[in-house]
Amino acid sequence: MTENHLSLIEKSKEYRKKILKYIFNAKAGHTGGDLSIIDILNVLYNRIMNVSPENWHSNTRDRFIQSKGHCVEALYVVLADKGFFPEEDLLTMCQYNSPYIGHPTKYIKGMEQNTGGLGHGLSICCGNALAAKKDNSPIKVFTILGDGEMAEGSNWEAFMFAAHYKLDNLCAILDYNKLQITAPNAEVIGLEPLDKKLEAFGWAVRHVDGHNLEELENTLKSLPFEAGKPSFVIAHTIKGKGVSYMENTLKWHHGVPSAEQMELAMEELI
Amino acid sequence: MSKPNLEIFSETLQKIAETDKDLYVVTSDSRGSGKLVPFGQKFPKQIVEVGIAEQNLVGVATGLAAMGKKAFAVSPACFLTARALEQIKNDVCYSDNPVKLIGISAGVSYGALGTTHHSLHDFAVLRAINNITIVAPADNYETEEAIKVATLLDKPVYIRFGKKSMPVNLDAEDAVFQFGKGRTIRQGSDLTFIATGEAVLPAFEAAKKLSKENNIEATVVSMHTIKPLDTELIAKLAENGKPIITVEEHSIYGGLGEAVGSFLMQNGFRNKFKIVGLPDDHTVSGSQNEIFEHYGISEKGLSELAMSLL
Ligand SMILES: Cc1ncc(C[n+]2csc(CCOP(=O)(O)OP(=O)(O)O)c2C)c(N)n1
Repeated sequence: MTENHLSLIEKSKEYRKKILKYIFNAKAGHTGGDLSIIDILNVLYNRIMNVSPENWHSNTRDRFIQSKGHCVEALYVVLADKGFFPEEDLLTMCQYNSPYIGHPTKYIKGMEQNTGGLGHGLSICCGNALAAKKDNSPIKVFTILGDGEMAEGSNWEAFMFAAHYKLDNLCAILDYNKLQITAPNAEVIGLEPLDKKLEAFGWAVRHVDGHNLEELENTLKSLPFEAGKPSFVIAHTIKGKGVSYMENTLKWHHGVPSAEQMELAMEELI
Repeated sequence: MSKPNLEIFSETLQKIAETDKDLYVVTSDSRGSGKLVPFGQKFPKQIVEVGIAEQNLVGVATGLAAMGKKAFAVSPACFLTARALEQIKNDVCYSDNPVKLIGISAGVSYGALGTTHHSLHDFAVLRAINNITIVAPADNYETEEAIKVATLLDKPVYIRFGKKSMPVNLDAEDAVFQFGKGRTIRQGSDLTFIATGEAVLPAFEAAKKLSKENNIEATVVSMHTIKPLDTELIAKLAENGKPIITVEEHSIYGGLGEAVGSFLMQNGFRNKFKIVGLPDDHTVSGSQNEIFEHYGISEKGLSELAMSLL
């Protein structure tokens, strides 16, 4: 493990603690899904994407649209760390008249689009990526999708589109934690064999351990996986990752920890 | 020469695209029905086909608009504003992306193809969504102006029209076109028709008939913008206390009529008031003309209604 990755690991720990802190304060949040995407966001914002408060108004920034908008707390914490806004702002999260609501909005610097209805992000990313191609712009476009979200038909419209237009500047990352609200995906509506489906739709597909920062970084540094094809990363993750009693547990989809549970979580995240 | 507003739309876009390389047309297997084949031939780089996928149509147009393109999402009004309504609400309006949503063959333009192809709900659903201008041009002039104004507007816009030939310009005075400002195309002191889109023409014809046969003079307004509504003009029209009749190619629920009625009631106007549109019923089959006749969106129906109010 290099120095480089050690610092990323520290960041992930810090991010996890902050996510819980602000959810605890707000008494609301999508805890399980936040903890399952945070390592992906960490790598995207700290190692892969060219996005910062400094280049925010420049057309040359990379684009990121979090399609699974309900996991906004994770994104808030990372954007605050990047300096898009003061972290203390997050103490107002979900409070009366706060712009920091329970889904991404453009009122917050660092947010590209308002999401929250599932199945929207990828189509918008397709438009972004196509515009970049038309302009010969070298930017890359990223989204994170939920595995339950994959059932939305609009995603499959966008999968067809991205392949047809050879959008190899587009990368969709699936937060494959295998759970949604009601039950595991396999019980609600099965996704498998997912890699084969996406390959058949014309995407270049890779599997990664979505909590292995080094693997994530190496994978995302090798984009596009195939010239002329959009890239799909199946990131195998654990809902609630990092807090033992939350991991792989349906009820933490949007659970708020009690004071004792918070203490326990903080001990585990040291 | 009078043409369908649809054709004027396509010609206007072609004119703009000659000089504006940021103008993009996005279609959902709708370039033929949108009269956009010549556009595609002349500007192949500026047309994007998404296939029969209306949700993705609006999503992709949003993504283009977010990158600074002037994106026109063109699809039959029935599919665009129902199938892709959540994309319109979230991605275009809520996220404030200046997509131009073009609902072609709107209202009952598809005639005998039936209810799947009619859009009698679009004003109603879009009126209830924040941050969108809703426009239904009556004639060729209004159509051309609406497209030009929309191109330059950095805000979400919905424009709907049909495919029947419409007059070049109903207003002899040729008043300047502006979103949110109704056009008075005829002045009269006995009653007022406030109409929109392709329902303006029958109101205009009814007014001429009333004048010729009954010596009754009606004002006719083309209320091309449903939202924001020109309430200033409506207040001025209502001041004389004379009957007001609204006319639209839309359900009588949630459209122009209810918008005007709500304004009148809440501002103390007690004029006699009637809403003409499509009733809450299984729509009769037939051509657009036949459907209009059936529901009284016609010279005959509207002049008779006017007489009954006087
Ligand atoms: C169109 C739409 N339908 C339903 C919802 C409500 N909803 C929010 S999160 C969620 C489950 C999402 O599951 P998944 O994509 O697997 O996310 P994760 O479990 O990783 O949080 C649902 C149904 C929504 N936000 N949007």
